[in-house]
Amino acid sequence: MLSKRSLVGVRLNFHTLAVLFFLLIGTQAFAADPSVDNSDEAVAAGKALFNTNCKTCHRLDQKLVGPALRGATDRAPVELVKSFIKNSQAVIASGNAYYSDLYKEYNNTMMISHEFLSDEDLNNLLAYIEYGDTADPAAATATGDAEGGAVAAGGGIPNEYLTIILGVLVVVLLLILIVLGLIISVLTKYLAKQDLDEDDKEFVSQKTNLGKVFKSDMFVVIVTALVVALVAKTALDGLYSVGVQQGYAPEQPIAYSHALHAGTLEIECQYCHTGVELGKSANIPSANICMNCHTHVQNVQGAEGVSPEIQKIYDAVDNNQPIEWVRVHNLPDLAYFNHSQHVVVGEVECQTCHGPIQEMEVVGQHSALTMGWCIDCHRQTEITTEGNAYYDKLVQIHSDSKDALKVKDIGGLECAKCHY
Amino acid sequence: MKENKKTYWKGLEQLNNDPEFVKNADREFPELPSTLNEEGSASRRDFLKVMGFSLAAASLAACEAPVRKMIPYVNKPVDINPSVPNYYASTYATGGDYASIVVKTREGRPIKIDGNELSPINKGKVNAIVEGSILSLYDKERIAGPYSGGQLSDWKTVDAQAKSALASAGAVKIVANTIISPSTLKAIQQFADANGNVEVIMYDPLSNYGITKAAETYYGSAVLPSYSFDKAKTIVSFGADFLGSWISPIEFARQYAQTRKISKEKPEMSRHYQFESTLSLAGANADYRTPIRASQSGLAVLALYNAIAKKAGAATVSAPAVEIAHLEKAAADLWASKSASLVVSGSNDPNVQVVINAINELLGSNGTTVDFANVAHYRKGDDAKMNQFVTDLNAGRVGGVIFYNCNPVYDFARGAEIAAGIAKAKVSISTNGTLDETSSLVQIVAPDHHFLESWNDFEPKKGHFSLAQPTISPLFDTRQAQESFLVWAGDTTSYYDFLQANWQGGLFTQVETSGTFQEFWDQTLYNGVLAINSTSEALAPVGDVSAAASAVSKAYSADNASAELVIYTKVGIGNGAYANVPWLQELSDPISKATWDNYLTVTQKWASENGVTQSEEHTSKASITVNGKSLIVPILIQPGQAEGTFGLAVGYGRTKAGRVANGVGVNAYELLDASKGFVNFDITSGVEVSATGDSYKIARTQTHQTFMGRENVIQESVLSEYQKDASAGRSHPQIYKDGEFVKPSKISLWSGHQYSQHHWGLAIDMNSCIGCSACSVACQVENNVAVVGKQEVLNRREMAWIRIDRYYSSDAPADDLSAMEVASSNPEVTFQPMMCQQCNNAPCETVCPVAATTHSSEGLNQMTYNRCIGTRYCANNCPYKVRRFNWFKYHDNKDFAGVNVAQNDDLGKMVLNPDVTVRARGVMEKCSMCVQRIQAGKLEAKREKRKVKDGDINVACAVACPTDALVFGDLNDSNSKVSQLLKIEENTTSALKEVNEERAYHVLEEINVSPNVWYFTKIRNKDLNEA
Repeated sequence: MLSKRSLVGVRLNFHTLAVLFFLLIGTQAFAADPSVDNSDEAVAAGKALFNTNCKTCHRLDQKLVGPALRGATDRAPVELVKSFIKNSQAVIASGNAYYSDLYKEYNNTMMISHEFLSDEDLNNLLAYIEYGDTADPAAATATGDAEGGAVAAGGGIPNEYLTIILGVLVVVLLLILIVLGLIISVLTKYLAKQDLDEDDKEFVSQKTNLGKVFKSDMFVVIVTALVVALVAKTALDGLYSVGVQQGYAPEQPIAYSHALHAGTLEIECQYCHTGVELGKSANIPSANICMNCHTHVQNVQGAEGVSPEIQKIYDAVDNNQPIEWVRVHNLPDLAYFNHSQHVVVGEVECQTCHGPIQEMEVVGQHSALTMGWCIDCHRQTEITTEGNAYYDKLVQIHSDSKDALKVKDIGGLECAKCHY
Repeated sequence: MKENKKTYWKGLEQLNNDPEFVKNADREFPELPSTLNEEGSASRRDFLKVMGFSLAAASLAACEAPVRKMIPYVNKPVDINPSVPNYYASTYATGGDYASIVVKTREGRPIKIDGNELSPINKGKVNAIVEGSILSLYDKERIAGPYSGGQLSDWKTVDAQAKSALASAGAVKIVANTIISPSTLKAIQQFADANGNVEVIMYDPLSNYGITKAAETYYGSAVLPSYSFDKAKTIVSFGADFLGSWISPIEFARQYAQTRKISKEKPEMSRHYQFESTLSLAGANADYRTPIRASQSGLAVLALYNAIAKKAGAATVSAPAVEIAHLEKAAADLWASKSASLVVSGSNDPNVQVVINAINELLGSNGTTVDFANVAHYRKGDDAKMNQFVTDLNAGRVGGVIFYNCNPVYDFARGAEIAAGIAKAKVSISTNGTLDETSSLVQIVAPDHHFLESWNDFEPKKGHFSLAQPTISPLFDTRQAQESFLVWAGDTTSYYDFLQANWQGGLFTQVETSGTFQEFWDQTLYNGVLAINSTSEALAPVGDVSAAASAVSKAYSADNASAELVIYTKVGIGNGAYANVPWLQELSDPISKATWDNYLTVTQKWASENGVTQSEEHTSKASITVNGKSLIVPILIQPGQAEGTFGLAVGYGRTKAGRVANGVGVNAYELLDASKGFVNFDITSGVEVSATGDSYKIARTQTHQTFMGRENVIQESVLSEYQKDASAGRSHPQIYKDGEFVKPSKISLWSGHQYSQHHWGLAIDMNSCIGCSACSVACQVENNVAVVGKQEVLNRREMAWIRIDRYYSSDAPADDLSAMEVASSNPEVTFQPMMCQQCNNAPCETVCPVAATTHSSEGLNQMTYNRCIGTRYCANNCPYKVRRFNWFKYHDNKDFAGVNVAQNDDLGKMVLNPDVTVRARGVMEKCSMCVQRIQAGKLEAKREKRKVKDGDINVACAVACPTDALVFGDLNDSNSKVSQLLKIEENTTSALKEVNEERAYHVLEEINVSPNVWYFTKIRNKDLNEA
């Protein structure tokens, strides 16, 4: 992909040495039109606009559905770039050679118009495009990962450590037993050589009657108790795990990769899961959402031909036959869960519950989805009250308390918040 | 202050202290029914079976959970988001019964009907039938496509057949109930024009032909007037149940309630007289109610006319003398509130209605409370034409007949004759959606869409228009009837285009709008309603009262010795069109409290004379013969009924409605008399009733869930007392503690809850509650409440979360038996909606061993089904008896498939509210105060980063209530309507709010469970000495 980008660059910047251009890539040294604002505010504002409007098809330094954008103002006059963003078809229709070629190069893929963007918006957008962050996307992923890990570890000492500690304890106890046995045998041998009276002799030389021990009431009671405890523990553990499908990662009808879409391509979760801010269901995307991109993207990583997996989307659309995805997260019907409550109001990251989804080739259930898991989070999570008038009164009443206002403080542990 | 010394009773069993009543009254749950007892003793085999099941269940549970699929759209419609409800304005219209509605859909399925607040007619209100009608969309009985010759066919075949048959049929009659849709009429007209020789005959099962006929005689125009009960200070009704079933009960109930609400600012209310033969809903709400015989009713109207005429100085008419209590007083009040008076009559006799018109004319009501200029279109039925049609049909003079969404074989007086005559027509077609009594007899059935799948327009009143839009794609291969008419007329336009063209050419030209037609159409569709300003000249009388008066005085008599039958309508079943909706069947009638039956209502006197006894559900049967037609019906002793009168409700006795309604009750339409040119609901001669002695059980809920004789559940007074002291009728129980008497709320074991954000509460005005039970059905739809069927109601296991307790009362001292006997023949009636009171000191919470019922930080008493183990301690400890136990698995259970259709078949389940759990067997349930709505409303506010506004959240019962008797809101918000009603000024977070409204009280205040539901005393507009 790099080479392709550079070719575009070479063709358009005749006076720039190709070698120099290669060297400058990735070091934020794109030549930009000097009229483009490079202030931090403009770049920040532009980033927001970019993320909502452009990111689905464009990256700054990477070709996606559309071309990489950095250097756009150098490749065409600023005003023309603006009018192209606003209404690309008009510019192409006007016969501009550069844009017509670009249009052809991208298989006559039409860019939707953005008439609603003001001139200031466009300036900010261009500021971001030219001077925006070049940070390594991997770093962002790593941060998200760390956060996810921290939440997972919140439950106490991890299980595997407990097992190791227990194992060590058992070994130590066994060693102590062996040593004690040795000491007894040594002492017995020693005493046997001593001159003792009859009673003592009898005591020392008496053989431990194992059979008697096994038949003793005490032994039977202890063993029974142990067995019962073990069985009970196994049964309880078994019962607790009934219906818990943590790690469940079924095979899906299409080998869709979140790692590719959400990870590599950084497509916002909300782009496909449209319901996540609206209601209870996050929504599995309908085929027409897939087709927004896959009308043009027909194979992975620019490979030739149509990918057999992507072909399944085309088949679904052509035959008007919906894709039957396998449900991964099966919350019991008796529990009411609303995505918008958590994502919009609680501002919870998707990864908090769904884990590092951007790394999953096949989606699996990351969290236990048990009531204890829900409640734990409600106990610990502070509420984002700032700027939300709904919480004003609660914040005021809670202001005497030293602790932060948490979900549990406003009824987040009550039954009828989730069960009705 | 005068303590209320009245005696209250729910049923005669309680009044008579019947042993069975006493036995059951102090039990939350009755003994197990005997049938179950016999099977109940588990044998060793059963034990093994159960153990085997447990093993299987345990091993099953250990398996992997089943693979569940998620199937998204291929092409998601932009407006539909799974789990987010959409609302569409539409219209409910069945015949002339009308309501502008808003349909809630989830994932494209309509799941709830509410009223449309923009409608000036029903203003956001509905009744039980409109609420319940949604289930008829998912009725298994609906046919899958067009039928021809009793076989499922296809539209092409049927159309070809119909077209050729109609062309050669000769005279074609289209039989319909009232059509209030202008475009439908136009489509039918187009068919008539294309076919020649077509006549449209409208009839109404609940005919009001008398009114339109009288208007023709008296005003020269056969129209139905608009009534404005809200403008009336004195209302006199002769047998018109305008709150339950008469013409447009939702509209009238709403208007009526406005005149009945009182407050310190408006310490006045209307006075309502009712003269009727059977106890109706309107009669139950009347201030003065006089039982009169149907044979006297005409004379009573004449007597009132004469009394008013005397005061007005107009000529009186000669009429036989008749002694009617309170009639003179009514006349005096009517005259005193001249031009704000309203007299209505339920009689279908045109002559009586002429006299009613004359009375209203004398009172100056024409143009104020009765409006003959701005006419209503709810009833256009013409009994005379329909009679002629039946005669013609049987004489072979009808070539073709098309039944347009009507079922006259069942619901017309001469239905049997129609059934016999259909075969004589060359071609018979029906557009009904099911193979009902009529459409099962015709050659071709061209099923219409359900009203929730249809496009249509309506003009319920002059100048008032509304649109209906589909809220779901047609479930079956049906077609709009209007489109069928167009197709048979050779027009291939879709009805949607036809409708739009009709509006573009018609109404659009009459409104002042600068926009395009599309804008106008979209806006109207969004609003659901459109009002056109139209001024009309008031009609002046052209006829004369004397001819009618003399006819009336001949037809009625003051002392009819023979038995009389009054055929009435129940508020739940109505005319029987929605009889197959089990919610309506199980709705306990607000008057008789009976479910799943119709019955012959008799007086206590007749019962004692004929040795008929009734106790709880046990009753016996009677045989009633009317002019040769006999029916065997169960007997129900009904207080408040005129001596010598029997009552029987229509809407039952369906034979081809479907599995729910078939065989429930008897068909009273058969007994109607059409011999006088109009359909007569009052049969005053040729009625013979005899008790057969066969025993029978009627599933009545009236003595279920009683308060065990505790006092002051109902607190009431009269208007004059209220004006002197706003707390009149209130009881103030006091508890002795440490040497003094204190308010019960001062003594508590509990420290009291704190509600920092919300404190949900409900205020119920017993003055506005008319007992219509719309709340009950609304709750059932909203909360997926199971229907249990007749047998389980008999076992006292009905599930309704909100019930209407109906109390009879009398001033007569309870120990004075003869006085009580008189009182019980015409008692006062009080309705009290009763649901979980969401107590702050909830007795149920403290006894639950597993903490399945707990208190929320918002004042709600929460019920957690998945934690409940079914000990039923909570229900036993509930003083209000509002907890319901799931004795069976009512869903997916073939034993309940015939009654609980909303939870048993795939089609019926589409109506379930996905936000509310369908409860399993063995758990307790109760009113949750629509916690799902509270949560949804809060979430919306949080998402929009704002506070919850009053009115954002409302409970299903309060939304449905046509009289706004129930007001729900946040007691912590001093600006909320409920806080203002209760006069809660200070903004405290304490659970115990200082309520300054003197009328507000807690039921059973003395036990200090501190409910969050307040009741307002009932105030009757009666003179003190009669109260």
